[in-house]
Amino acid sequence: MDPGATDQRLGRVPAPQQGWVAPHIASEFPGLGIAWVEVEATPGKSPEPVRQRLRGLSDRTYGSQAIRLRERPIPWAYRVFFRQIGLDPDRTRTPVEQLTLDRLHDGGFRSNGLPADALNIAIIETGVALCAFDAERIEGRLCIRDSAPGESLAGQPGEMAQGTLTIADETRPIGLLFGSTAAGCGVEPSSGRIAIAAVQVKGVPQIAVEEALWIAAETLEAT
Amino acid sequence: MDRGRNPRGHLTSRLHFKEMPTALRQRGFDGFEVAVDERQARLQLRRQIARLEAELASLVGEGFGHTQVPHRVEAVAAAPRVLDLGQLEAVRDSLADRAAEARSALVERQRVEDANHELVAKMFAAPQDFKWVRVSREDLGLHGCGHWHSKPRLGPIGMLMGWWRVKVSSGCPLSGRLAAVER
Repeated sequence: MDPGATDQRLGRVPAPQQGWVAPHIASEFPGLGIAWVEVEATPGKSPEPVRQRLRGLSDRTYGSQAIRLRERPIPWAYRVFFRQIGLDPDRTRTPVEQLTLDRLHDGGFRSNGLPADALNIAIIETGVALCAFDAERIEGRLCIRDSAPGESLAGQPGEMAQGTLTIADETRPIGLLFGSTAAGCGVEPSSGRIAIAAVQVKGVPQIAVEEALWIAAETLEAT
Repeated sequence: MDRGRNPRGHLTSRLHFKEMPTALRQRGFDGFEVAVDERQARLQLRRQIARLEAELASLVGEGFGHTQVPHRVEAVAAAPRVLDLGQLEAVRDSLADRAAEARSALVERQRVEDANHELVAKMFAAPQDFKWVRVSREDLGLHGCGHWHSKPRLGPIGMLMGWWRVKVSSGCPLSGRLAAVER
């Protein structure tokens, strides 16, 4: 492969931006962080190379790996964090475990179009939890914070319980941490710019987060 | 309140017994508050949860395919949040219970498998003492669907003559081939 072409491809993917974590949350969860990249891309059907890559990943994933997954450092780190924030990781699955179970259930990683396929490839390859938002609806930097009294998540009935951990921009919560996305903040067919966010927890190395964002962004950029 | 000296000669504050309820009513316990750093306790509990989760994950992996290992710990919150000390303790205790149950389930399973190994050895030594006994590879914690079966040689004739032997089945061909590929 031509090294110049590789440099060009690497240079095309924007550098990740580091979000912030509310200080009282950061003091409770050292190592918690959020980073994201914004990519010019249009949602739609995945091209053949992306679907081929998913098929390749399906061939590399077995049932025994699904059980042993929780012993690997990054999936284990997310399981621990789920326990620490009150979730049961065997009910509310960590993203990589959910994808692996879906693979076993469906017999392969199903293509769900872009950007979902790009995120799934990055999650399976690295184990890092990713989510996507419509970048044009995000105001300022992303952060992880707890909900204030009376705050609600757009599209969800009622107010959030005070102290619920959310992903927010500078004006409002745009999604629950490892949960649903606020209405109007998710990627829609009309979206032209997509923000891919990675939630880092203690035990997940920075390089894995960067790699996950790079894989997802590169897959989207390549289409 | 008056001041006096204790036996070591240090100046002390002393409340007369009769004044005590009034003093409590007026001042509350403000002066007796002890600053407790609960955050450190929560961090400690989170470390314990991490350790127990790792242990439980390892036990689940160890027991997979051999026995059911209890590992479920119900969520303590409906949505993600910073848990308080009591909730963290509840998670920690539940994980510790599950880990203990998982360990004992594995120990029990190991005991059964060891007993079955002994049984197979005895069957080989004296098949006539274990007529028609059948032990599967699964009973020994082995993969595949083979088994050891104490049967008479030549059917009814062997049964009448006491010609017993242990027949080793290698299982179905497909699983045998797959096991060979994995090896």
